[in-house]
Amino acid sequence: MNDQSPPPPSLGCRDQPVLKQRGQREVFCGLTGIIWLHRKIQDAFFLVVGSRTCAHLLQSAAGVMIFAEPRFGTAILEESDLAGLNDAHAELDREVERLLARRPDIRQLFLVGSCPSEVIKLDLSRAAERLTQQFAPKVRVLEYSGSGIETTFTQGEDACLASMVPVLPETDARELLVVGALPDVVEDQMLSLLDDLGIGPVRVLPARNIDAEMGVGANTVYALTQPFLSDTHAALTRRGARHIPAPFPLGEEGTTAWLAAVAAEFGVDAETFAHVTDAPRRRAQQAVSQAADVLHDKTIFFFPDSQLEIPLARFLTRECGMTALEVGSPYIHDALHGPDLDLLPAGPQISEGQDVDLQLDRCRAAQPDLTVCGLGLANPLEAEGLSTKWAIELVFTPVHFYEQAGDLAALFARPLRRKTKLGIAAA
Amino acid sequence: MKLTVWTYEGPPHVGAMRVATGMKGLHYVLHAPQGDTYADLLFTMIERRDHRPPVTYTTFQARDLGSDTAGLFKQACQDAYDRFKPEAIIVGASCTAELIQDDPGGLAETMGLPVPVIPLELPSYQRKENFGADETFFQIVRHLAAPMAKTARVSCNIIGPTALGFRHRDDVAEITNLLFELGIEVNVVAPMGATPSDIGRMAQAHFNVLLYPETGEQAARYCERTFDQPYTKTIPIGSGATKDFIAEVRALSGSDAPLDDTRARQRWWAASVDSTYLTGKRVFIFGDGTHVQAAARVARDEMGFEVAGIGCYNREFARPVRALAKEFGVEALITDDYLEVEKVIEALQPEMILGTQMERHIGKRLGIPCAVISAPVHVQDFPARYSPQMGFEGANVLFDTWVHPLVMGLEEHLLHMFREDFEFNDAAGPSHHGGHAPAASVDGGPAPQTPRDISGLQKNPGEVIWLDTAERELKKIPFFVRGKARRNTESFAAERGLNEISLDTLYEAKAHFAR
Repeated sequence: MNDQSPPPPSLGCRDQPVLKQRGQREVFCGLTGIIWLHRKIQDAFFLVVGSRTCAHLLQSAAGVMIFAEPRFGTAILEESDLAGLNDAHAELDREVERLLARRPDIRQLFLVGSCPSEVIKLDLSRAAERLTQQFAPKVRVLEYSGSGIETTFTQGEDACLASMVPVLPETDARELLVVGALPDVVEDQMLSLLDDLGIGPVRVLPARNIDAEMGVGANTVYALTQPFLSDTHAALTRRGARHIPAPFPLGEEGTTAWLAAVAAEFGVDAETFAHVTDAPRRRAQQAVSQAADVLHDKTIFFFPDSQLEIPLARFLTRECGMTALEVGSPYIHDALHGPDLDLLPAGPQISEGQDVDLQLDRCRAAQPDLTVCGLGLANPLEAEGLSTKWAIELVFTPVHFYEQAGDLAALFARPLRRKTKLGIAAA
Repeated sequence: MKLTVWTYEGPPHVGAMRVATGMKGLHYVLHAPQGDTYADLLFTMIERRDHRPPVTYTTFQARDLGSDTAGLFKQACQDAYDRFKPEAIIVGASCTAELIQDDPGGLAETMGLPVPVIPLELPSYQRKENFGADETFFQIVRHLAAPMAKTARVSCNIIGPTALGFRHRDDVAEITNLLFELGIEVNVVAPMGATPSDIGRMAQAHFNVLLYPETGEQAARYCERTFDQPYTKTIPIGSGATKDFIAEVRALSGSDAPLDDTRARQRWWAASVDSTYLTGKRVFIFGDGTHVQAAARVARDEMGFEVAGIGCYNREFARPVRALAKEFGVEALITDDYLEVEKVIEALQPEMILGTQMERHIGKRLGIPCAVISAPVHVQDFPARYSPQMGFEGANVLFDTWVHPLVMGLEEHLLHMFREDFEFNDAAGPSHHGGHAPAASVDGGPAPQTPRDISGLQKNPGEVIWLDTAERELKKIPFFVRGKARRNTESFAAERGLNEISLDTLYEAKAHFAR
């Protein structure tokens, strides 16, 4: 299996000093996770308990999706709710009853905390327990916080999955649990690769519906497909499950390393591994090289957004020939990001957290060929002459595993190609 | 608590952002948790602005709550001043910061910044976006506008346009032009495009032109009281309203300069024979109070539509909208719940909806044509091309925009003429899609149907059964009115307690509903 593992880099980034800044942060809160989670968990409804701002945020982030009778909504706090807390619980019960009466297909209800509900200390966990008893066995009510004061963007998914872990049934079976919401097409590819490797049974968290949920216990091993799952990681460890550390399955190299780590855990022999992965690896390499020809020798700067920045920087530097100048992440967790940091060639400034004005100063000084940032910064930076790739797309688009490697490179190549086509020469 | 999926308006601090982003040289320091920066993208994406909104957020996090959020606010305020050197600063709290009670106004005041600091009180749990914009602009004017001698020439201010306003950019251009032709100088346009020092010299103008009462009425009233500046009451949307507006401006300014209205094509377009088919089209109108009132008048008096219902989502305008509804003999719908709007539209079955982005989607779901007349709007309603709603060009734009979703006269006539045509019916699919999407059945005979219960026994009271002949005849009716014909016939039958609809019932119903 030696040939599958990437050569140990002479210098990784794991031990490099991290620039930690605090100040104004230009990021989404965890509520945004609802937008993709509700597509994945098909029998769930996400009820945010918050303010008009929360509803407005979901509407702005969900774009046109809001009109397809989505399975999420906001119970907007009104002045009367702020006056006395008991009243708020009664109000919540009434809204939940109305909601569940109107949507009998709902089996799991997530009460999602927001900044206002956290600040007034509305006890949603007690509400979840009470409502679970009231609606058992048909509906399970869970609670997590997607507030901005506690979570950044994708951490909302983490908080959601972590809230499910304690209520998963106990099992002694030796099973592989793959954690992280992936688009269905990607999930299917992953399951088929693992099946071909002879690894099983494989469970996924989140499951597509409550009936497909898995058990967890001391013999469970789990691999993460997304880098932002640190609380879920901790919750699974608390249940006795064991983590398989690996780089994240982005790009050919990342996918191979991820599969290799899982294969090693399950004792898959080198021949089988090569037999299963050789063809898709070749396809992925070819697709990446075609899509990424404009990326070679270009520089890239990451603003913090989703925690995907480190594995993406690893993919873009090692497989597409880019040079990373700064890799910003809202949050860095050594156990999760470490394997990718090991592979990321030394050089870039690694930064955690944000003071957006200072970071913009650094970005302008660095004049990167491509800047990965949120929608609030993208057009203003374009107007200053910098090419940008807006980051939120990387969370919604299928980008993981072999077959998407070329698409992933193309997402970064497209803004540069466009600049050329429009005659605005990129540097 | 109230369960909401769609909101017509954002929270009030978004209204304050609309004022700050519209202005120049003003900075907004907003005490808000991490995540509230989402609102930036409304401006950078929907309105496609090429700069960040001039807003600094304190972005406090959970770990800050126990300690010193007030210190955080002061730090953010100082940093914002040092970096941006604005002429004035507005400070306020978002919904969460309102709960932790740090008093941004008081804190900023103690800092002794060398520029005016204007505190905002925006009650997030009672009021909404439009109130936020109106109140913010009022506070800015109240703090900065100083008494001044009037300009030698007749001049006015244009009040109300903001960032993220529906067609504000082009309305301002159109009205500025019109005033110029009347020989009236525009002193200050505010908030959009104005600096704090511009606000300072607003009192020089002889009168104010209030374009958007939603976002400028408080300031207009304040200027009337304080600086003796009357303000215009007519909103110049539509040909008639534009004429009234001109008369009002002439009265306020004494201008008798001639006006060139040769560009105004809307009246003739509406009078031309191809528009005859617009007569009596039933429209439902919903949006913000101002645009709804203007649109109702245009719809009835200038397009010849029948107004089937009107309503608005901003309660501030409930009274005038109710009054107008009464005048039109319809029920006013004052609600910010889109499900209620949908219910009313479903019940009214209008032939067209004039509404917001939300009504566009309701229309799509119900198969009713729709044109957008009011915020909230999406990115496509911030067009690159010149497209005002106001003035003579605005009237031209309205005509085109409202008529396009409808089938025009000649087209409707042709559809009737060829309704049996083999490739010109709905089963053949839309011709402009190249391949004839849902193919008609191969032998040209009637498409296979699921067997129907023809026992004549009513399973549910109120359910009526279409007999074959009637159903075949129904299919000959052009697809765009077939839904209405079906519903009308069914309600006609139900009212008469008929279980079955025959060919006769169909035609009796048609005669009954004819107008």
